[in-house]
Amino acid sequence: MDYSPLMLSLKVAAISTTVVFISGVFFARAFARKQFFGKSVIEAIFILPLVLPPTVVGFALLLLFGKHGWIGKWLLEWFDVQIVFTWLGAVIASIVVSFPLMYQSAAAAFNSMDDRIENAARTLGASEWRVFRTISFPLAWPGLLAGLVLSFARGLGEFGATLMIAGYIPGKTDTIPMSIYFAVESGQMEKAVFWVVIIVALGFSTILWLNWWSRRNMLRYANENRSR
Amino acid sequence: MKKFIKTMLLLAIAAIPLGCANKGEEGMKKKEIAISAAASLTDALTELKNVYEDEHDDVFITLNFGSSRKLATQIEQGATADIFLSASLDDMERLKEQGLINESTIVDFTENSLVLITNNVVQIPVSSYEQLGSAKSDHISMGEPDTVPSGRYAKEVLEHLQLWTPLQDKLVMGSDVRQVLTHVEMGNADYGIVYASDAWSSDKVTVVAVADSSWHSNIIYPGAVVSDSNYPAEAQDFLDLLSGKKGSAVLQKYGFK
Repeated sequence: MDYSPLMLSLKVAAISTTVVFISGVFFARAFARKQFFGKSVIEAIFILPLVLPPTVVGFALLLLFGKHGWIGKWLLEWFDVQIVFTWLGAVIASIVVSFPLMYQSAAAAFNSMDDRIENAARTLGASEWRVFRTISFPLAWPGLLAGLVLSFARGLGEFGATLMIAGYIPGKTDTIPMSIYFAVESGQMEKAVFWVVIIVALGFSTILWLNWWSRRNMLRYANENRSR
Repeated sequence: MKKFIKTMLLLAIAAIPLGCANKGEEGMKKKEIAISAAASLTDALTELKNVYEDEHDDVFITLNFGSSRKLATQIEQGATADIFLSASLDDMERLKEQGLINESTIVDFTENSLVLITNNVVQIPVSSYEQLGSAKSDHISMGEPDTVPSGRYAKEVLEHLQLWTPLQDKLVMGSDVRQVLTHVEMGNADYGIVYASDAWSSDKVTVVAVADSSWHSNIIYPGAVVSDSNYPAEAQDFLDLLSGKKGSAVLQKYGFK
C-alpha cells in the first residue's frame, strides 16, 4: 500500500492550518468590538467559502491562481512558482475553505471576552502586544483551539476545490479524499475502505481529543477559581 | 405579517400537488419516451429530439444525460428509461446480462475518435501524439483511466506509443471529460486528450492530432430499447432514426464518425 496520500494530506492540512490560524486570529482580533465602514462586507467575504459549493470555490481559485490567472500569472513570472496542479494548490484550497471556521471561532472568542481586563492592563502601561500576548490570547485560547481543530479537520477533508486546482496527479497531488473518490468510482473497494478508516480515525480522535482537552480545561479553570 | 407569510407558505405547499396533477394530465395526452444517454451525446441528441418530435406529434422525449456507468446503474436500480445510449460496450453488456434491455434491439450507432487538443496560448504546439514525449509542456490532461472511459482509451494510446511511463508526472487526471476541457481551455494544461465530439463542443481548443484507431480499442456507442419500456415501438423508431442516414448526418456534424 502506498502511504503517500496520508503524508501529503497531513502536510497540506498542517501548513494550511498554520496559515489560517495566524491570519484568522489576526483579523478576528483586529475586527473584534470595532465598527467601521464595510466591516460586515469584509466579514461576509471571509465567511463566503463556507456556504459556496466547492466547485465554485475551485473555479474562482482557478481564475485567480491558474497559469494565466490574475495572481497565478504574476507568481509564475516573478517567483517562478506554479500553484495550479501542484500540492501548493491543495494548500491554497484548504486555506480558503477552512479560514471561515477559524475566523468565526476566533471572533466569537475575542468578542465574548471581558474587555475590562484588557483595559486594566492598558492603564497599567502594558503595550498592545503585551496585552494580546498575556491577556487576550490566553483568555480566548479555548475558542481559538476549537477553531484550530475544526480548520485542521476541514483542511484534511477538502476535496472539491482541491480536485479543481491541484488536479489529480497520482503520487503528486493525491490527497486522501481524492484517493477515496477515485477508488470508489473505479470499484477498488478495499483501497477505498482503507482510506476511509484512516480518515475517520483521524477525525474521530481529533474531536475526542478536543472534547477531553476542553473538559479538563474547564475543570482546572473551576478549581483555580475555587481556591482563590 | 408573520402570520400572513406563514399562511402563504402553507398555501404554496398545498398547491404543489395541484400543479403536479395538472401537468400529469396534460402529459397523458402524449407518449413520453425517456432516453438515458452518455453525456458526450448531448448536442447531437438535443437536435435529433427536435427532429423526431416534429415528425411525431404524439410523442415527446425527455433526455437524461450522464456517464454511461452511472446511467446503467440507474437502470439497474429501476429508473424509468425507454432507451439506453451508452458510450461503452461494457455497460451495455452489463445490462444485457441482467436482461434489462431488449437484446434484439442493440445497435452500434456511432463511433468516436480520440484527439489531442491544445489552446491558443501554446505558441508552437506539437502536431502529433508522438511529439508529446519531447514537448515543452508542464501538464497534459486526460480522464482518469479507471473511471473515465476517454481516459482509458487515452492510456491505451500513450501505452502504445510508449509515452505512458515517461509522461507520468505530467498527466493531470480529470474526474470527467468536462474537467479536462476546462484545464486546457484555461491554459493550465497545455494539452489534453478527449473525444473528437468533446473537442468540437469547445471553441477555445484546437485539435492538433487524431489518434490512429489501431492504437486503442474501438470507441463504439451501442444503443438499445430497455426491456420494460412503455412504448417499445416508438423507442425502436427513435433508435432507427439515430442509426439511420439522418441520425448519422447529425452525429457527424457534432464530431462523431
